[in-house]
Amino acid sequence: MMTFDAQLILNHLPDIASGFGITILCTLIACFIAMLLGLVVALGLMSKAKILRYPVRLYVEIIRGTPFLIQLFLLYYGGPSIGLYLEPIEAGIFALACNGSAYYAELFRAGFNAIPKGQLDAAKIIGLSRLQIIVRIQIPQMMVLIIPGLVNVSIILGKETAILSIVTVPELAFVLIGIGAETYAYAETLTVLAVSYLILAELTSRFGGWTEKRLSKYMERSI
Amino acid sequence: MNKQTQDSPIVEVQKMSKNFGTTQVLKNVDLKVQPSEVMCLIGPSGSGKSTLLRCIAFLEQYSSGNIYIEGEMLGYNDDTDIRKLTSTNELNHVRRNMGMVFQQFNLWPHMTALGNVTEALVRVKKLSRREADEKGHAILKKVGLAERALHYPAQLSGGQQQRVAIARSLAMEPSVMLFDEPTSALDPELVGEVLQVMKDLAKDGMTMIVVTHEMGFAAQVADTVVFLDQGEILMKGSPKEIFQGEKPPRLEQFLKNYMDRNAFWE
Repeated sequence: MMTFDAQLILNHLPDIASGFGITILCTLIACFIAMLLGLVVALGLMSKAKILRYPVRLYVEIIRGTPFLIQLFLLYYGGPSIGLYLEPIEAGIFALACNGSAYYAELFRAGFNAIPKGQLDAAKIIGLSRLQIIVRIQIPQMMVLIIPGLVNVSIILGKETAILSIVTVPELAFVLIGIGAETYAYAETLTVLAVSYLILAELTSRFGGWTEKRLSKYMERSI
Repeated sequence: MNKQTQDSPIVEVQKMSKNFGTTQVLKNVDLKVQPSEVMCLIGPSGSGKSTLLRCIAFLEQYSSGNIYIEGEMLGYNDDTDIRKLTSTNELNHVRRNMGMVFQQFNLWPHMTALGNVTEALVRVKKLSRREADEKGHAILKKVGLAERALHYPAQLSGGQQQRVAIARSLAMEPSVMLFDEPTSALDPELVGEVLQVMKDLAKDGMTMIVVTHEMGFAAQVADTVVFLDQGEILMKGSPKEIFQGEKPPRLEQFLKNYMDRNAFWE
């Protein structure tokens, strides 16, 4: 007989809410750092200097080519052997940010390349500096172009926070799997867990759509 | 190296060559453009006229020879035997009085017409937002787009976009303007409005180098017409000399093709 004990979830609601909060916090901070880092990495990938481009390319390949779990373990369990002692949540956010930066970087690079070279010629000849061209001409346009991609990566990062439970970050998966193990109510806890990530992904996607609509007004032909 | 005499040329090209890999696309080009002179570069496609203009703007590096802008060496440090590129700052300094208008307009689509015109005023000339806007409105008015200041490029016709691009250059008060086929991407009906703005500029004494297929414009407005073919200057002269005088067979052929293409009545 199938049972679904909603009361059990309600009883643990404060713990679950706190876990959800930590999941959102980790996602937001990790996405933010990952985007900043990703922008730097993208500029490195596009650099003409090999001494800059090669190491950055290597970084991206290593990050994309290894599982996130291993990256997190290396940082959290391997860190102390090089004197890097991090709290679980610090290690988790940092690992997630590094992981995301590689994927964001490739998006940024594609976005930069999508801007017609002529616009840059016009900016150069009028005397804008390299930095001004990046900040004023390229970034505002490429961010709009790549919003769907940014949403994708951000959703994936949001879901990857579940892995942080393995190093005891008290986020949503940690809390709910813990409750499940104590009460054997796996169906209830895992369902709530899945639905929570679904909500998180949906919110990210809605936010992306809303931002895209607002920022891409300039592309419309009529006012 | 400063040559500051009164009638020194604004742009001087000396024995300039340009290679793309092993192909030589410009060969030993010599040009002098005096203040207030309007020079039109004509020639078949692939003759190197756009490349020449882009070299004068240093959007392309030239391979040998020299280019001077108002007496200053463009793009390279001249003081050693081995040529080295100048820094971006030095390059921008030499180009500070140069404006350029492109075939594809190259407006920044995320900025309004006014935003395009004022961007460099604020970022390069460091005007306040208010001063820049005032100046931007005045210049847009001059090119007949006072009402369109807050439109984005996508909301403007090709001719209007090109006039915004001209206004964007003019805002920086250049002493020489380069035009790279400014009407080639326009519907025939919109060509006139852009050419009119350029004629007004010429009348006001602007020094202009214009790569164009508009022979009528060259004949009416240019002081000097330069005919390029396969990377070389084949003939240079007044419009009258170029269009009516004795000319090399290649130019004869080029003009005949142009006439045939544009004739719609026997």
